[in-house]
Amino acid sequence: MTTATPETAPARPASGSAAQTEPLLSLRNLRTWFELRRWGFGRAGTVRAVDDVSFDLHAGEAIAIVGESGCGKSTLMKTILGLHMPTEGSVIFEGRDLSTLDSKEMQWYRSQVGYVQQDPFGALPPFMDIRRILGEPLKIHGQMDEAGRQKRIYEVMEEVRLTPVDDILPRFPHMLSGGQQQRVVIARAMLLHPRMIVADEPVSMLDMSVRVEILRLLQGLQRSHNLAVVYITHDLSTVRYFSERIFVMYAGEIVEQAQMDDLLRNPLHPYTSALLAAIADPDPENARVFRDVPPGEPPSLVNPPSGCRFHPRCTHFIEDLCALKTPLDFEPEPDHRARCFLYQD
Amino acid sequence: MTQSQQPLLQIEDLRLYFRTQQGVLHAVDCVSLNLRRNEAMVILGESGCGKTSLTKAILRMLPRNVHTYSGSVKLNGQDVMQLSDEEYRQQVRWIQISLVPQAAMNSLNPVLKVGDQVAEPLLSHYGIRRSEALERVAVAFQNVGVPADFINRYAFELSGGMRQRVAIAMAMVTDPDLIILDEPTSALDVLTQANIMNVLKRVKQETRTSFILITHDIGTSSELADRAAVMYAGQIVELNDAEQFFVEPLHPYSQKLMASVPKLRQVEEPDFISGQPPSLLDLAPGCRFAPRCDHRFELCENDPELTPAGRRQHVKCWLHQNGDTP
Repeated sequence: MTTATPETAPARPASGSAAQTEPLLSLRNLRTWFELRRWGFGRAGTVRAVDDVSFDLHAGEAIAIVGESGCGKSTLMKTILGLHMPTEGSVIFEGRDLSTLDSKEMQWYRSQVGYVQQDPFGALPPFMDIRRILGEPLKIHGQMDEAGRQKRIYEVMEEVRLTPVDDILPRFPHMLSGGQQQRVVIARAMLLHPRMIVADEPVSMLDMSVRVEILRLLQGLQRSHNLAVVYITHDLSTVRYFSERIFVMYAGEIVEQAQMDDLLRNPLHPYTSALLAAIADPDPENARVFRDVPPGEPPSLVNPPSGCRFHPRCTHFIEDLCALKTPLDFEPEPDHRARCFLYQD
Repeated sequence: MTQSQQPLLQIEDLRLYFRTQQGVLHAVDCVSLNLRRNEAMVILGESGCGKTSLTKAILRMLPRNVHTYSGSVKLNGQDVMQLSDEEYRQQVRWIQISLVPQAAMNSLNPVLKVGDQVAEPLLSHYGIRRSEALERVAVAFQNVGVPADFINRYAFELSGGMRQRVAIAMAMVTDPDLIILDEPTSALDVLTQANIMNVLKRVKQETRTSFILITHDIGTSSELADRAAVMYAGQIVELNDAEQFFVEPLHPYSQKLMASVPKLRQVEEPDFISGQPPSLLDLAPGCRFAPRCDHRFELCENDPELTPAGRRQHVKCWLHQNGDTP
């Protein structure tokens, strides 16, 4: 099932054995900045939404990007999707820099990358029935034959367990439950046989009781199609169920990266520790203690704090260092990096 | 707790049905519960189970298509259902019960300074001078961790967490006996969420205020709750002390709900609840959870009562009808 139909992948380069060693997606010193203008001209500053982010993602690998709202994770995602152009650095997919692709090749890229939005109801056009919503991407990507489209729609809907299919196809998004809507969004992302899925908080708008169901569905699809997954979330408790590697973002930068188990068991960066400490598992004990959370709010990305961007909120603040110098990625343990002076030398 | 302490809030057989084009929708069906002073009760359940309708029924904020609105709501011993709408507005709303609505942070008026908005219930209910009201607003702001000089700011100048705090300050400024919080943290980041829960914990320690916390986030709810009520299809299926509930819930639905929570500090895999909640439009007789329940047996074709299953536990399930656990 993982092979693309000829209609959907016209310009796919032959990459057979190279795919094992070469990353599917790599970001190189990516910066996405937005210029603020006053009255339409006159520069008022720069929003450094994504600042010097680099990582590799291999086929079949699932990573999670964790951070609070305003930390730049959505901008990072949109840059990966090609919706924002990077200010500096590059997004490389299968060895090809996105900025060098022409519009035809961009269309091929979009068929390779599925996007699962955060709010399923907002992501589905309210005036289209499910049949049309799922037919549209196939039409745009050259599947003109109605019977062929129908076949693919049935396949995908069975796969995301939107059954009975005939019952659901003529419905409109508002006639489905939240979990079903999210399944339609996932089905739409899977239609064109993508090799990578970008999921932006896919379960945060859903009820607790269906969250796990949707996460398991994504996990199953990832395994059966050997998909690369970028999972974006602010909730570390959902991360462990299918990501292999976690990147923690703060104020536009990646401050810590490690394998999932390492990071959850032994968080190095003070910000990661704070994120973990803030999560409440159901426990009557919680009501008796105050949670130890750093004061304040994430900083403005227009004038981020000097030195380490977390220093104004950090409990391990080192005088004469953290506010003055910018920490590098230190690697105190193999394959576990933190951007914090505590791990210097 | 042996002395006869009158509960702050006594709800008896409260019903709220809506008239819709498809028929009568049983949003709140025979709900009874008691809440003591300085107690925090969390109401848990999936979306569409009637949590928000219950707050509407308690606060009498009713839409036009009400079909049935009956039962008794006693506040400090007074049956507020007997009050006329105007009396209710003057004597109860904001004075005795205030509400932090769902998505409160987006419900602030964009063209009013937040200080003036928070002062509004003081001005309209107590008729005090604006300057005096603003002084009390500044105090309320400090109690929830908003700098006092923020009273001159507009909502768009504040972050989401700050706006949520402002909404909580607004509910607290009249010093009510009961604050109802409808999903107070669901749209916020984890750190902000933890901060807001700390604020609520402090308010609960320092005042005699009671709380009703409506949420579907079980982890966060355990931060504040003394009591837990689980709603399913418009009915309360379990009432329990937090101490027991978060460790070992009784009703099969509560157990499944608890098992569906992804937990950070435990290895066990979460599970989901298969099937859908029933439509509140046409309800089959019998236990409403039976079609999704693993423990279903013949008796479940009849509707069980919410019966005591311990000193402070009530369960609506045939498995617990004799007070013994399966």
